Amino acid sequence: MSSRAACFWATECGRGCSIRANYQSTTVHIPPADATGNLDIIADAHVREVIVGKDGKAKGVLFIDKTTGKEERVKGKAVVLAASSGETVRILLNSASGKGISNSSGLVGKYIMDTVGSDMSGQIPALENLPAHNDDGAGGCHFYSPWWLYKEQKAGKMDFARGYHVEISGTRGMPKGNNPVPGHVLQGLYGTELKEAARRYYGSFIHIACRGEMIPNEGSFAELDPEVKDKWGIPVMKWHWKWSDHEWNMAVHAQKTFAEIFESAGGKGLFDPKRDPKKTLLKGGQVIHEVGGAIMGADSKKSVCNQWNQTWDIKNLLLCDGAPFASNADKNPTETIMALAWRAADRLIEQARKGNL
Amino acid sequence: MNSQDQENRLPRRRVLQWFAAVAAAEGMALPSTLGQEAKPAANGYGQDPVMAKSYEKGEAWPLTMTETEKKATVALADMIFPADDLGPAASEVRVADFIDEWISAPYPRQKGDRGAIVPGLKKLDEECQNNFGKNFADLSEEEKKKACDIMAKGNHFFNVFVNLASGAYYSDPRCWKALGYEGNAPYGGPFKGPPEEVLKQAGVEQTVD
Repeated sequence: MSSRAACFWATECGRGCSIRANYQSTTVHIPPADATGNLDIIADAHVREVIVGKDGKAKGVLFIDKTTGKEERVKGKAVVLAASSGETVRILLNSASGKGISNSSGLVGKYIMDTVGSDMSGQIPALENLPAHNDDGAGGCHFYSPWWLYKEQKAGKMDFARGYHVEISGTRGMPKGNNPVPGHVLQGLYGTELKEAARRYYGSFIHIACRGEMIPNEGSFAELDPEVKDKWGIPVMKWHWKWSDHEWNMAVHAQKTFAEIFESAGGKGLFDPKRDPKKTLLKGGQVIHEVGGAIMGADSKKSVCNQWNQTWDIKNLLLCDGAPFASNADKNPTETIMALAWRAADRLIEQARKGNL
Repeated sequence: MNSQDQENRLPRRRVLQWFAAVAAAEGMALPSTLGQEAKPAANGYGQDPVMAKSYEKGEAWPLTMTETEKKATVALADMIFPADDLGPAASEVRVADFIDEWISAPYPRQKGDRGAIVPGLKKLDEECQNNFGKNFADLSEEEKKKACDIMAKGNHFFNVFVNLASGAYYSDPRCWKALGYEGNAPYGGPFKGPPEEVLKQAGVEQTVD
């Protein structure tokens, strides 16, 4: 997994690195797994449910082959769901003919979370008309500010819990299909004048993003939709979302902070001054850090998984995506998901060898 | 309208008519704004593309621009991006083909832009016929400038067109230099930060290695 090349700071990262230096499962995880000779990949398989035996253990999964529309089965000594948190929850709830499995706590689908997002764009005159230069950093984001008001938080001075980090992006990125400068700076121009304006303003726009911790709440949960089914006849999820004052107030704080940052840099944030800062809070799911729904805990009555990602009710059924997250720190969840999955896999092998599954 | 008006400027009455007509056209439902020649756009997304396949022109979704629309698009894009010291002409990097692909695509954003571009192009030629007796593409350079000057004063179609043309134009590596983009070149080591002259002009110092 560490055999990939070092970053060479070229080609568009978001479209897949041309020398395969970036991290992605298709080029980093799957090739070494495939090289063991023990891996079978079944593409176009849409899992409907986990098959549970009379002994209460998971025996495999039932899936729809999307190319034929037929039901197929795959068997195993253990089943690991990593279908992305929402889909993992859906599979659990649709199992046992829709009665649900691993849900003796009644908490499958509860406490779903996303990251708190509130952004501001702005323009910095000092960055206009800079000499052309290669500004391609790793993915275009050169700054990351961790949460800095932890002392104030500890002293009880904040009107929201926890905190947020700040991602600053912009720079002279590769144009890729969209206008590389906001349309309003070109308004009324065409010809050489327009080209000069594009050159002047290119790279002078900065985007600041708050990415914060959401406090899980009772009003944010997912359940099976009683009516809507997908094209294979499988019930889809119905989502319920509620932000609390923690998130609303965090967005207000972020907007005030970002406006100050732009002003301190001699520029200004681009927003309607009459807007309600609370309205900048992105919708649940928009930051695509969806986690929770099958939370991990020490008490089987208050959680779905134990500390090893095993469901309390079915020990050989593991959840290895974001579903077991009981809280969602402001950091991006992928690395924590991977660390927990790695740890769970080591434990799974150890337990299987001891005959404990 | 007398010949003096035709020579030097579009009369104010004409300008107002133009704006009113464009605004009205944009407010209408999509099918009724399509000219007789305009072709219908694709409906639905279909299957995921095969990533390893190289798609032929018009294979992902049918291209819908008519010959007339295409001619107006090529001519207008070349007015917005002419050949000069800051890069080649729009027609050289096939901006019109990009716009044809874009407005023919079945996605919500592209469909929205189609709602501005298709009736806008039609209106552009109609207005040019009324005022100059020719379609936009057949106008003299000076006449094209007159039409562009009017649209540049505030016209939704023109703004959408400029946005799409800019996206197309600057995404071509031949136009990167015109913009000042010099990336996509290996450094031979980690990112070192901006060069000295850039820091100096911005009035900042590099404080980290």
